[in-house]
Amino acid sequence: MSVFLAKRFVTFIATLLGATVLTFLALEILPGDPASVILGIDAPQSAVDALRDRLGLDRPILERYFDWLEDIVTLRFGVSYTYSTPVLELVRARLAITFPLAILAMLLSAFVAFGLGVFAASRHNRPGDVTVMGISQLGISVPNFWLALLLILLFAVQLRWFSSGGFPGWHNGVWPAFKALILPAIALATVQGAILARFTRSAVLETMREDYVRTARAKGLSRRATLWRHVLRNAMIPVITIMGLQFANLLAGTIVVEEVFAMPGLGRLILQAISNRDVIVVRDVVLMLAAFVVFINFVVDVLYAVIDPRLKPHDV
Amino acid sequence: MTLLAVDNLTVTLNTVRGPARAVRNLSFELEKGQTLGIVGESGCGKSLTALAIMGLLPENGWADGTVKLAGENLLTYSEDQMCQVRGNRIGMVFQEPMTSLNPLHTVGRQIAEAMRLHRGVNKAEARTEVLRLLDMVGIPEPTKRINSYPHQLSGGQRQRVMIAMALSCGPELLIADEPTTALDVTIQKQILDLIRNLIEDLGMAMILISHNLGVIYQNVQDVIVMYGGARVESGPTHDVFANLSHPYSQGLFEAVPQIDDTKASRRRLRTIPGTVPELADLPAGCTFQDRCDYVTDACRPTQPPVVQIAAGHNVACLHVDAARKQWAAR
Amino acid sequence: MEGQPSIWRRCLAHRSFVAGGSLTGVLVLTALVSLVWTPWNPIKQNLRERLVAPSWEHLLGTDQFGRDIFSIIMAGAQNSITVGVVSVSIGMTFGVALGLWASAKRGWTEELIMRASDFMYAFPAILLAIMLVATLGQGAINAIVAIGIFSIPVFARLTRGAANAIWAREFILAARAAGKGKLRITVEHVLPNIVSVLVVQITIQFALAILAEAALSFLGLGAQPPTPSWGRMLDETRSMIFINPWLAVYPGVAIAISVLGLNLLGDGLRDVIDPRLARKR
Repeated sequence: MSVFLAKRFVTFIATLLGATVLTFLALEILPGDPASVILGIDAPQSAVDALRDRLGLDRPILERYFDWLEDIVTLRFGVSYTYSTPVLELVRARLAITFPLAILAMLLSAFVAFGLGVFAASRHNRPGDVTVMGISQLGISVPNFWLALLLILLFAVQLRWFSSGGFPGWHNGVWPAFKALILPAIALATVQGAILARFTRSAVLETMREDYVRTARAKGLSRRATLWRHVLRNAMIPVITIMGLQFANLLAGTIVVEEVFAMPGLGRLILQAISNRDVIVVRDVVLMLAAFVVFINFVVDVLYAVIDPRLKPHDV
Repeated sequence: MTLLAVDNLTVTLNTVRGPARAVRNLSFELEKGQTLGIVGESGCGKSLTALAIMGLLPENGWADGTVKLAGENLLTYSEDQMCQVRGNRIGMVFQEPMTSLNPLHTVGRQIAEAMRLHRGVNKAEARTEVLRLLDMVGIPEPTKRINSYPHQLSGGQRQRVMIAMALSCGPELLIADEPTTALDVTIQKQILDLIRNLIEDLGMAMILISHNLGVIYQNVQDVIVMYGGARVESGPTHDVFANLSHPYSQGLFEAVPQIDDTKASRRRLRTIPGTVPELADLPAGCTFQDRCDYVTDACRPTQPPVVQIAAGHNVACLHVDAARKQWAAR
Repeated sequence: MEGQPSIWRRCLAHRSFVAGGSLTGVLVLTALVSLVWTPWNPIKQNLRERLVAPSWEHLLGTDQFGRDIFSIIMAGAQNSITVGVVSVSIGMTFGVALGLWASAKRGWTEELIMRASDFMYAFPAILLAIMLVATLGQGAINAIVAIGIFSIPVFARLTRGAANAIWAREFILAARAAGKGKLRITVEHVLPNIVSVLVVQITIQFALAILAEAALSFLGLGAQPPTPSWGRMLDETRSMIFINPWLAVYPGVAIAISVLGLNLLGDGLRDVIDPRLARKR
């Protein structure tokens, strides 16, 4: 493994640990201990004490943190108070919705954005460019949950091409399940795609000013060939970074969009847990989502090393 | 036979402050196998001249006049036709070997690219050629280096790769734009010797662009001194250096410290007063007027006439006699 | 002083700036007017006039509780502006302070602050907001604070980068040579020189705050009834979209126009303030 990847792996682990500390502390330093938060202000003291005991809240904070950490590493997680089921079990079925949804939305936004961004850059300041940039400006300004509502209005209510929500589950065949993901994914991908398209365009324009692009042209390569062979791969490096950073927003977006489409994913689980004051579930699911984001960013780093030979180990 | 005939070339750039004529009415000819140097400070239009010949001016610029390669005016060529010329009949080496190579491709692939394009050779043939070229430009262990990425090479090696790339299709003309400026002094001479020897061996013509008088003096047969987009002095290199006649050329020479100067103890290093004017602000008349010791009112309204002071040695200055007298007395 | 008129002229000649400025102006004006006057009381329900179609009396009709939609939209502008102002103030105050501190101190202080910011970037901050709201309880203030917190690292990174560039300049060296302390240099020289960069980011964060608040309110984690809020309007009318789809359109348009206006304004400002970038486009 190269030095770069080794460093990135250390950062990856450190960020994960940071996330655990943050989510753990969020529950600790906020007013009222978890037990009273879960049971509410009106709960009798005896019930609160009983729950405190069950959650082991009387033990020292460090001990509880490391216990929790051990649970997470061994994938045991906590037990939901309201559902009385282990968090992992609650999560498993929901992950099968949220994970494909997020990935589908990311791929969709990436494809559309790369295409539009490169198209706009190659027609810099001409009508095609201006049109794409205008549309993307609109795309950035639209709240994704509202777009989701509009999509339901158009494709579910008016055209009846898709159902307005819900999720049939993967066991009823791949196509119905995939179909249920399409509208939510479009709602999520539009905003991300708009941001990414603008970024792709400026990255391509930036790269086109590089000296090696002039070198390529001096060799006799046409504009198009230069764009494909020399510009795109270089321009992808910053674009992929932004994609990684944007993933956090995308995942946050799934929480809202799942709500609009009434899909029983992780987002819904969090919202239900919040209204049930089930802070244990909130904490563990937030951590899972955070770990997901951190992991995607690590994957982005690995991708870097694949794209950029300067980061690969070499026998020089 | 005339290989390249540049006639009345004017390059105009659209800037925020209005159109600026970055190269003005430049004319010169280059025979087959001849070497020409263009010298001047940055911003004098020497690089834009090269880019105009290559048809690679920035988007906000355009060229007027004619640039004839073997009798054909390149300025009237379509983009597709120009692609046939670039890298094939004219090769170019740039200033920054660090940034002029694509960091994501192996040097072998980058050298092979032009041959694959213009010569239609297959992968195996290209590889053999690349190995030969790498060896020719003096890169040790070509079989190993062919798979290297630019960041794994030293600056000098990268410039050798650039040269191999520019020569790969056996062009009739090589344009080298400040090929050694970004390199260590010790490497500079090696690279220049390499270029000069290859040009001679392969019988190519060359335009060498530099701000460095020493580089020009040692490497080319003819020289053009440019200032503010215009040619101020030109001629056979030895004649010009023996008889520097334009106040600007003289000033440029005096600003260079020289170790082997016999009058070194007495000679003070002089600088040219003032700075290079913004292109958009260039005055009518002689472009050097604001910095010249000999300036009179006559210099201001019109561009100075070109005076031939020896065979092939031309100077664009109204006060060339006064300048020469002063220079000789020094 | 000399630059003043030309900056204004440049602004007025810039299409995005004019369009964005106008839209933002409309937003602010609407909020201000709604403080003293709305066609109807945006909070008062009138069950006899439920789901009335648009007319001269009710420009955009009424919702399922008989409230005048145009009035709620007007009053909702207040909420959006409040959210924007407060959360951006929080983010900017702490972010700029941290950024300036990092830049002035350098060394491990800078390293620590920047690593923490990077971490906040990688960690989905909106999740933090959700946690905060989950434990502190739903409510407008918690939502605003959460949004503010997640814009701190944005400002911190931006400020530190811009400030570092200023610290490298000669006039800072001159000021140090004159014996001025780091705090004084920061206040007198660094801060005034990065204001333009900050102004652009403020408009962008303002837009993001409006979007984030709308999302939180839509989920019921933000503004609570009866405060008029565009996000909550969308939530409340969601069940009505099969009966009267337009109810779901108006608040979204209001959000989109506000965000679009601020984004265009930010783009325009960036071009006007930094002509070097403008030319590159």
